Amino acid sequence: MLEAITVRVNGRAIAAPAGSTVAAAMMLAGAYCRKSVSGELRGPLCGMGICFECRVTIDGRPHCRSCQTLCKPGMDVRTDG
Amino acid sequence: MDSETRRYDAVVVGGGPAGLAAASCAAECGLHVALIDDNPELGGQIWRASTGGDKKRSSVPPGVEVFRQTRVFHLGEPGVLLAEDEERVWRFGYRKLILATGARERFLPFPGWTLPNVMGAGGLQALVKSGLPIAGKRVVVAGSGPLLLAVGAYLRKRGGKHGAEIPLICEQASRSSLLRFGAGLIAYPAKIAQGFALRRELAGVRFAGNSWPVAAEGCERLEAVLISRKGKIERIACDYLACGFHLVPNTELAALLGCQMRDGCVKVDEFQQTSIAGVFCAGEPAGIGGLEKSILEGRIAGLSAAGQHDAAKRLFAARRKQQKFAQSLDREFRLRSELKRLPDAETIVCRCEDVTYARLREHACWRAAKLHTRCGMGPCQGRICGPAVQFLFGWRPDSVRPPIFPARFESLAGISREGES
Repeated sequence: MLEAITVRVNGRAIAAPAGSTVAAAMMLAGAYCRKSVSGELRGPLCGMGICFECRVTIDGRPHCRSCQTLCKPGMDVRTDG
Repeated sequence: MDSETRRYDAVVVGGGPAGLAAASCAAECGLHVALIDDNPELGGQIWRASTGGDKKRSSVPPGVEVFRQTRVFHLGEPGVLLAEDEERVWRFGYRKLILATGARERFLPFPGWTLPNVMGAGGLQALVKSGLPIAGKRVVVAGSGPLLLAVGAYLRKRGGKHGAEIPLICEQASRSSLLRFGAGLIAYPAKIAQGFALRRELAGVRFAGNSWPVAAEGCERLEAVLISRKGKIERIACDYLACGFHLVPNTELAALLGCQMRDGCVKVDEFQQTSIAGVFCAGEPAGIGGLEKSILEGRIAGLSAAGQHDAAKRLFAARRKQQKFAQSLDREFRLRSELKRLPDAETIVCRCEDVTYARLREHACWRAAKLHTRCGMGPCQGRICGPAVQFLFGWRPDSVRPPIFPARFESLAGISREGES
């Protein structure tokens, strides 16, 4: 296993392999990304920045595509789900 | 507000195989080149680097200035693209522009497809490449196109013998189409070699033609998928469904520039030039055809942008062969009409705005559906539901309007300020 990076997903510490995206860390944490407009829980779909299903709040910045953002040590990730 | 325009001889949008080939050819010819890509690493989806990718093939070509995690969202004055990264807005001035914006997966709606852990085939592969552990998970791979086999093999071997368990790969194309496609590969030694390698890697995995997913089940997340196969429904418990129905070209930027389209792809001449002088297009947006076609078209576009037409011409024969392969992909993996009946009334078609099939079928065209239901008006701007409604109802997509990706308010505000001055 590569060196791990620790991020916080909804307050919980998650160790993800170096080079992981936030989407991968979030799935590792068992978290969903968001609630849809009718209240469904959603996870990532396209994995390449097209579908916007994986958007989360990262270090206070909302609507970040977690599949195109790399984990950095200490990052704070908040999801709706 | 950083609004100074950086000027280049050539700007390449997209850092996959086509864009990398175009940028390195143009730079070798002495052009000052910028390569803009929206991902953290170059390589596109196929050479995607990150936690275990192909760092060598996706390395920065010499003499090319690279802008990662930078996304083009609008046009400035003629010859200028506007892009943003996490921090700021960039203005890229170009003499020649090469569009290598790649493709995305086509998704078709069926009951349960919005459950978490139902993902694109390439989508799940991308997530695994970027850190999602897959060892010991059960993954059903379904949909259409050669990508399904590549994804199945990748997920299985990932992590050595502790890869994913693949209970079934199901392909909607008929067995006769698949046989014709397989027989046609004889003209492409590289693809035959890939085919044999895939067969070895997938030894023991069930593969079924004429089969497709009809529903995904689960409480909060996916628990099982129902597959239609030989007229029967088979229920398979699984952790993930990796499901994509071949690919759709990313043509939004070309459309915004006003490039003419042909059959849903960007129309190009033999030098990969679009209907707009000085704007070139290479790879999947000019016709879905895979890796070798993308690299050749990228090189031709890069050489042509540098005025090296004779050198570009020497690649025409090889490209012609790959374009024939593209035509066979298109023919043999055409979607069967049964797939139009997959959604039921309550199936969500537009995932951004949660618009159901029942609400859409009341309308006669894309525009009416948009106005009444907001279908295609969420953050993905119809990139996911657009190809689906085109298949389901035959609606042609509307014109593209800027910004072509959601952009920060500061980025957009900057443009309007410039307009006033």
